[in-house]
Amino acid sequence: MGLMHEFTKGLWKDLAPFRVVLGLCPVLAVTKEAETGLGMGIGVIFVLTCSNIIVSSIRKLIPRQVRIASFIVIIASFVTMVELFSQAYFYPIYQKLGIFIPLIVVNCIILGRAEAFASRNGVVASALDGLGIGLGFTMSLVVLASIREILGAGTIFGIDIMWESFRPFTFMAEAPGAFISLGLLLGIMNAVSKTSQS
Amino acid sequence: MVVVLTLICTVCGVALSGLENMTAERIIQQTLLFVQGPNVEDVLDGSDNDLIADRKPITVDGEELILFVGKQEDKPWAVAYETTSSGFGGDVTIMVGYDLEQDKLTGLKVGKNSETAGIGSRVTEVQFTKQFKGLDIALEFTDGPCPVGIDAVSGATVSSTAVCEALKESVEIYPKVKESDL
Repeated sequence: MGLMHEFTKGLWKDLAPFRVVLGLCPVLAVTKEAETGLGMGIGVIFVLTCSNIIVSSIRKLIPRQVRIASFIVIIASFVTMVELFSQAYFYPIYQKLGIFIPLIVVNCIILGRAEAFASRNGVVASALDGLGIGLGFTMSLVVLASIREILGAGTIFGIDIMWESFRPFTFMAEAPGAFISLGLLLGIMNAVSKTSQS
Repeated sequence: MVVVLTLICTVCGVALSGLENMTAERIIQQTLLFVQGPNVEDVLDGSDNDLIADRKPITVDGEELILFVGKQEDKPWAVAYETTSSGFGGDVTIMVGYDLEQDKLTGLKVGKNSETAGIGSRVTEVQFTKQFKGLDIALEFTDGPCPVGIDAVSGATVSSTAVCEALKESVEIYPKVKESDL
């Protein structure tokens, strides 16, 4: 039961990027559409889980002085796998995500979990940690992206869902809208946890 | 310390090159389908064959080129191929289509490029590229890098020049392309 906690904490208590405020740059950039948010999320789940597993399994062999360099090489390899795989099998998503796929390497969540958790805990716990945080991150991305897509384009996953006379609020699809929606969601989440604590 | 790092890097390197080999073929296919595909369909509009499947590699001046052949009722009526030139942010690749009978341009589309978004990238827009449709291949370049009568995109001189230079190269090799067995 202690192990399941490693998985579930990523879904609310340590939800990225709202409670663990890391990896904001790609969050803002890829949440224009729900589909790209989902694509990015799945990529992060894969990289986070795999790198956590590998880092955890060889944690006793990596000397302290080269640990960050080793983590980066391992993370970069998995990100390259994601890039090649998406280029080969999901080209339209690869085109939309563009430079943000390689930028997953420097997503602070992944390096942060490798250093803070995977390098100090067992393989199963690290895998669950990676899965949980990755899943939480994906959920946040899809929620934020859905809000921005519905208000900014009137569609969700490409499907028209707003009424005929709806004029898209294009502000939401651009950078300022991203910041504001992120901030509002963060505020709402903080308010919710405050009330549930008291 | 050095040993561990070298080992990790070697293992990762080998794994990645293996994966790259495995996916290389598929990636070329996907690039053809999604990047060059739409451009080919556009400049060879009116063809009734599968333009991607009917492509053939040819050699012109010792350089390999992929030729897209447009057919109407099984008879080739137009060809299209890409040429590249140096733009503002890197290489600019254009796809030019030629009517084999009339020796005229059927269209021009800008493909892979790294031009500045909103400025240089405007050369990819239809406002600029539609000027090239219907031009005769006997183009005059006496009035600057672009053919006489073509308006460059204001504020995007380098990008416009890149497209025109790539066009010049394209038109220059057209006679040799036409000669090669269709």
